[in-house]
Amino acid sequence: MLDSTPKEIKQRTGGGLINPAKTCQPIGAMYAALGIHKCLPHSHGSQGCCSFHRMHLTRHFRDPIMASTSSFTEGSSVFGGGANLKTAIKNVFTLYNPDIMAVHTTCLTETIGDDIPSIIRSAEVPEGKVVFHANTPSYQGSHITGFSNMVKGMVSYFSEAAEPIKKEQMNVIPGFVNPADMREIKRLLNVMGAKYIMFPDTSGVVDSPMTGEFQMYPEGGTTLAQLKDTGNSKLTVALGRFASSDAAELLAKKCQVPVATLKTPIGIKATDAFLMVARRTFAKEIPAELELERGQLVDIMTDTHFHFHGKKVAIFGDSDVVTGLTEFVLSLGMHPVHVLTGTPGGAIGSAVGSFEEDIQEMLQQAGLEGNVKAGGDLFTLHQWIKNEPVDLIIGNTYGKYIARAEDTPLVRVGFPILDRSVHSYMPIVGYRGAMRLLEMISNALLDRQDRDAADEDFELVM
Amino acid sequence: MEAARMITEREDSIAKKGRQKAQIKCDTDSVAGCVSQRACVYCGARVVLNPITDAIHLVHGPIGCASYTWDIRGSLSSDAELYRNSFSTDLKEQDVIFGGEKKLAKAIDELVVKYPAKLMFVYSTCIVGVIGDDLEAVCKAAAKRHGIEVIPVQSSGFIGNKSAGYRAACDALLRLIEPEEPKQIKQNNSINYLGDFNLAGEAWIIRNYLHEMGVDVNAVFTGDSSYAELKTAPTASLNIIQCAGSMAYLAERMERLYDIPYLRVSFLGLEDTVSSLRQIALALGDADMIARTEALIARETALVEPILATYREKFQGKKAAVYVGGGFKAISLIKQFREIGIEVVMIGTQTGRREEYDTINELVDEGTVILDDANPAELERFMLEQGANILVGGVKERPLAYKLGVCFIDHNHDRKHPLSGFVGAVNFAKEVYSTVCSPVWNFVR
Repeated sequence: MLDSTPKEIKQRTGGGLINPAKTCQPIGAMYAALGIHKCLPHSHGSQGCCSFHRMHLTRHFRDPIMASTSSFTEGSSVFGGGANLKTAIKNVFTLYNPDIMAVHTTCLTETIGDDIPSIIRSAEVPEGKVVFHANTPSYQGSHITGFSNMVKGMVSYFSEAAEPIKKEQMNVIPGFVNPADMREIKRLLNVMGAKYIMFPDTSGVVDSPMTGEFQMYPEGGTTLAQLKDTGNSKLTVALGRFASSDAAELLAKKCQVPVATLKTPIGIKATDAFLMVARRTFAKEIPAELELERGQLVDIMTDTHFHFHGKKVAIFGDSDVVTGLTEFVLSLGMHPVHVLTGTPGGAIGSAVGSFEEDIQEMLQQAGLEGNVKAGGDLFTLHQWIKNEPVDLIIGNTYGKYIARAEDTPLVRVGFPILDRSVHSYMPIVGYRGAMRLLEMISNALLDRQDRDAADEDFELVM
Repeated sequence: MEAARMITEREDSIAKKGRQKAQIKCDTDSVAGCVSQRACVYCGARVVLNPITDAIHLVHGPIGCASYTWDIRGSLSSDAELYRNSFSTDLKEQDVIFGGEKKLAKAIDELVVKYPAKLMFVYSTCIVGVIGDDLEAVCKAAAKRHGIEVIPVQSSGFIGNKSAGYRAACDALLRLIEPEEPKQIKQNNSINYLGDFNLAGEAWIIRNYLHEMGVDVNAVFTGDSSYAELKTAPTASLNIIQCAGSMAYLAERMERLYDIPYLRVSFLGLEDTVSSLRQIALALGDADMIARTEALIARETALVEPILATYREKFQGKKAAVYVGGGFKAISLIKQFREIGIEVVMIGTQTGRREEYDTINELVDEGTVILDDANPAELERFMLEQGANILVGGVKERPLAYKLGVCFIDHNHDRKHPLSGFVGAVNFAKEVYSTVCSPVWNFVR
């Protein structure tokens, strides 16, 4: 399929994308909103948007994804979508009865300029029910920006500093990761004996068990009471600058909760850093259970480091996850020669910082060089790989075209994964997540070595 | 969720056969605030045109519309693979403010250099309709600049539902096939095959049957089609339509413009396949061809019938629910289920039309629930009330069915086995069997 990708790299001035490494804001907002208990995400726009997002999320999680739409018509885009949204609010509570309705906008409703807060104010919202919103123009940023904006919406609508003295609890914003990752982060904190509020939390929502019943609102998700209480915590840990730091900063401003922005805890270094913050915050020692896990991880890393050393790898996907993966493969002695995200890079000095700077700095510290790009596409990644081939590609399902064209193994990590299952039930964060990544990477490399080995080089013990 | 919750606006879109309310409300806009399973105009246009293999499909809009439709339709190609890439102008805030025409022109220029193609479709999305980019003018200028065809597709999402998108796609196709010379020499026994997107290679199966009958397939709309092939469409002597929902309009227009009569066919299930092949042979009216067709039917039926009979025994007492895109497919599925001894107890579509619902109503048994543009709550309620064992649907319905312990078959873009023709009738039975009789259901509480 990608036979026609030219090797020669020419400056592209058109500004369009070929084979994107990102998608639009609203889907990220929808995913974030699913992480609130008994919340129905609502897409204010054409019904195609809602349908596409549900389809995409359904394919990734293999679980029912519920969201409603304002079902725009030509009339609503001329006269504004206020009437549609008001009708939608009424119908959603009559028909689907959520506790919370999370409205996000689309490129259409942003462009026609619907004033969502005033529409919500003038809508009939039943007693005890809540409607909140986030502006998620599809023509800015990416799905990660949309996730970030929806989490900001949660803070700006709900977080309250009700008590003068902060409680012995911390907030954790996990970022755009799988429910299994959220579960694993919570498990680490539970083992630490730390009190926390994770928001959003899609575990128990998009990985709900099979019971023979369809639950429109499964057990999981952050409750409204918890969201309110985030203003009383003594710290917010934002995991991943791009998906989480904006909301954490807003919470700091609104409720004076200090912020620690950390990398998504992928690999040993980032997991250490996360646990150290928890340890400091609660003045607790790292329990033996976690010491054991860490020790096992280091043991595996030393047992197998010769499989990884010097191997060239291309990593692409969402900024926060890619940053974590890059740090981890560097700690294995691998060489990330191409690192790319579709999400725009952020600005130096802003809360999210600069993706390209972060990665370049890690490479420099390791004494390595590589291609790094934010706001890129898979056409660019493919050209890079043609010019400097790699032993392994790590990224989402869309990497399979390049993997096939260049006959390179692919380890599937990130969003979306449309052609494999179970991934959303298994973490990549924490020490255990790192073990799983190690297994996936080494299986991919060694399976390839076995496949390619001449008879005389084919070995039983590796 | 309690079954009592229904909003009054939806009542007219649901009926039960045997009750007085025969006609259901359909082909209308969805109710705001519904968890509709429906898609938009752009989606409709894209799924119809995307299988054209050697075209550049450029989506003019913010990135989402291009990324969600990137290679999602399992249309197979025997040659070019250009259509499996995702091209987008990736509109940004400044383009929304200042207009996206320049960016579009640049994107076209860049793409035609990278990918030598004779044909490009430029899809408009919601935002383009609002900011008022003149797609027509940009495409015209680009076509002139590069000496290729650049056809705009007017598919802003909000101007209607998925059906409006089918129509936009058909309009684009009509532009494409318009000959420079108005007089076309007709070829005898040559047909266009409309409304097969070559999912899992289905169009190839039908092409083989037709070939054996002595029918030349001129162009397929649009499964595994190419620029050159589509260009010859006006010379055919007959159009046959499989997916009427998307292609009836194109057939009607081609009849008026090029004097090509059309036949509605269906290759889903044994009964429809047999009668469709006979109809085609009869329409082309050649005695040898009719004889060859009968021989083909006799041979294939003899192969397939005994297999279906064994499945019929296994499926005794099983009931099916159907929720698919178009009415045409729904009709065929009722018959196809009947062939394997399964009764359809609930049936609905996203975009079925009045006459299709009439046919559905005639076909189904008393007590079957018929519904238009259903939401998940309704699907859940009626599947359970009607005691369905299996649901046929698309991507979003699959996990819903599974959660209820109901089996599932994808009859949409995600189908992995061809479900058309004689071989498709067997594959369908096999797929039903592999899900209905899977041991995994034993573990459901």
